[in-house]
Amino acid sequence: MSRKLNYREAMREAMHEALTNDPRVFLMGEDVGMYGGTYAFSKGFLDEFGPERIRDTPLSELGFVGAGIGAALGGMRPIVEVMTVNFSLLALDQIVNSAATFRHMSGGQFSVPLVIRMTTGAGRQLAAQHSHSLEGWYAHIPGIKVLAPATIEDARGMLAPALADPDPVVIFEHAGLFNMEGELPDDWSVDISSAKVRRAGKDVAIITHGGSLPKALAAAEQLAAAGIDAEVLDLRVLRPLDTATIMASVAKCRRAVVVDEGWRTGSLAAEVMARIMENAFYELDAPVARVCSEEVPIPYARHMEEAALPQAEKIVAAVKGFFA
Amino acid sequence: MIEFKLPALGSDMDEGTLLEWKVGVGDTVKKGQVVAVVDTTKTAVDVESWQEGTVHQLIAEIGRKMPVGTVMALLLAAGETAPAGVGVGGTAMPVPKAAPAVAAAALVAAPAPAAAPTGPGRRMISPAARKHAEEKGVDLDSITGTGPHGAVTLEDVEKAAAAPRAAPVVEKSAAQMAAAQQAAKTADMRKTIAAAMSRSKREIPHYYVAEDIPLANALAWLQVANVQRPMAERLLPAALLLKAVAMALKRYPELNGYWRDGGFVPVAAINLGVAISLRQGGLIAPALLQADSKPLTVLMQELTDLVKRTRAGSLRSSEMNEPTITVTNLGDQGSNSVFGVITPPQVALVGFGRVAERPWAENGGLKVLPVVTTSLSADHRVSDGHRGALFLLELNELLQHPEDLEK
Repeated sequence: MSRKLNYREAMREAMHEALTNDPRVFLMGEDVGMYGGTYAFSKGFLDEFGPERIRDTPLSELGFVGAGIGAALGGMRPIVEVMTVNFSLLALDQIVNSAATFRHMSGGQFSVPLVIRMTTGAGRQLAAQHSHSLEGWYAHIPGIKVLAPATIEDARGMLAPALADPDPVVIFEHAGLFNMEGELPDDWSVDISSAKVRRAGKDVAIITHGGSLPKALAAAEQLAAAGIDAEVLDLRVLRPLDTATIMASVAKCRRAVVVDEGWRTGSLAAEVMARIMENAFYELDAPVARVCSEEVPIPYARHMEEAALPQAEKIVAAVKGFFA
Repeated sequence: MIEFKLPALGSDMDEGTLLEWKVGVGDTVKKGQVVAVVDTTKTAVDVESWQEGTVHQLIAEIGRKMPVGTVMALLLAAGETAPAGVGVGGTAMPVPKAAPAVAAAALVAAPAPAAAPTGPGRRMISPAARKHAEEKGVDLDSITGTGPHGAVTLEDVEKAAAAPRAAPVVEKSAAQMAAAQQAAKTADMRKTIAAAMSRSKREIPHYYVAEDIPLANALAWLQVANVQRPMAERLLPAALLLKAVAMALKRYPELNGYWRDGGFVPVAAINLGVAISLRQGGLIAPALLQADSKPLTVLMQELTDLVKRTRAGSLRSSEMNEPTITVTNLGDQGSNSVFGVITPPQVALVGFGRVAERPWAENGGLKVLPVVTTSLSADHRVSDGHRGALFLLELNELLQHPEDLEK
């Protein structure tokens, strides 16, 4: 029997399960304890698991991500919550220079089985300093895995394999998805290696991830009404990219549009497009298109913010450009 | 409005095929700028524009054969604006960069590429369509594109493949096609040479004079001059011979020019057509422009460059259509002497045989010297043997003072 729950509840269940089943797992971050999590992902955890395992930290990303790396090296399985990707920039040194490199620098002697969760994305009128989508930056770094759960199933299922992974895993949770409701199937176990077709189609492959997935699915519905059968591919894993699945969709549909909330220049979308050029050029029936954020600091005013971000209407327009 | 017409790239050319546009609509064209690559029966030539302006319209289509004089493009002169009602045809205008989307209308506009997706004149054919057409043996030229900007899509090719075909398509490998093209090209060149040489012998009453020119001074001077030069800048005897011909022609203008419409037209510029044999057979004689006014070092560089570009097939139109006389130099591999056939409408040809050591009688004694037998084939309608002989003596005199040829 499948059951209905929202993204927040799914993620909370996943952490609850991990804390319950594995004594090495603990949660650390700003406001995760007393306050129950900035987005209430850990509500009630402090009472249930105690202050040893649900640890409130000072406002020092560099410090507590580093502490997480140390704990992971010492045999623990920490879940470090960084409130948003914007603040994670303060911890980039720990993530990029330490967590991602220790296996290599120690000749394989040390691994860092650390999970870092962070909120990403715009769309909530939090203005330019709290609306970044920097998944693409992290996807650039060898030595870490980068996940982007965009469905109830992935919110529930990705944490366990991430904790089981011997290397650092960074999970990007798009704030626009937290209240999304959906059916969780009985078997919600998932991998953290493959991309997944969320809607099968044959005329155009819409390749996306995270907060743009619902927009892509909405666009596909609008396109269906116009007689265009769109496939929607959810990347899910941003590093390493599942090239084979991307190419299968592109070869099937022969047209592709990449939707990415990151800024256009040097974006993850650009990487996906480059791989399509490398691997599927002769399958293409049109230049690959992309819908990204406008190259401006994300505006505060609602109508301006909406105009700056990828939207279903923009995706529809890009796809119709193939058939003009 | 300036009309850019297909020039005659050589006196024997009456048609050409556009291979490539080097400019797009809106580009500024300077005098002497290469604007197109045109295939003649002999070689691909970079065609220059002799007028300045802004490209308004590209008319000629890639791959289409057209007669000399066809208007290929329209240019706007400085200060001229496009006349109303004359649309810009043929090529895609650059798509203006979309302004940051703020208004609702901009929100749903398809994101436009920052620049036109392909160069002007090139047909847009999707990679999938091209591949499928190759597999099915469909001729892409026969298909009308229905995609954005008229691009040929996979669907267009599938439809064309499904349509009944008039004749079975003979499938050939790319290698076979290339070999066939090369063979056709060689045959074309042979035909062109045959036509020009037949015309020459039919119309031009040739006379021939020859002179043995001792080169001891010239070669000794070259040896000294080359000692100071790096290997890449060393002068070959050919450069000295060419410079001497150019200087001698200044005093014998009746050998430099064209026979046109029943009369001789002298040309002030001395553009030496240098006969260059091609590896695949045949020859071309593109021009070393204004050879008389160039220092030896420059002439040498230009000769090296000209030979290289001739063999690579990238000559410029001014080099192809402006030789005023031809020089053939058989070099080390050649025979003792050569009496050439004049290239119409030119009126003379200078031939150098192999430079070789020969016994030389002088002042009652005998020595051994490097000597080259130099010949002149000239048009008797324009000049007489006496003048031709004097020209060769002048050439001889000049080559005895190589230091005077340097500047």
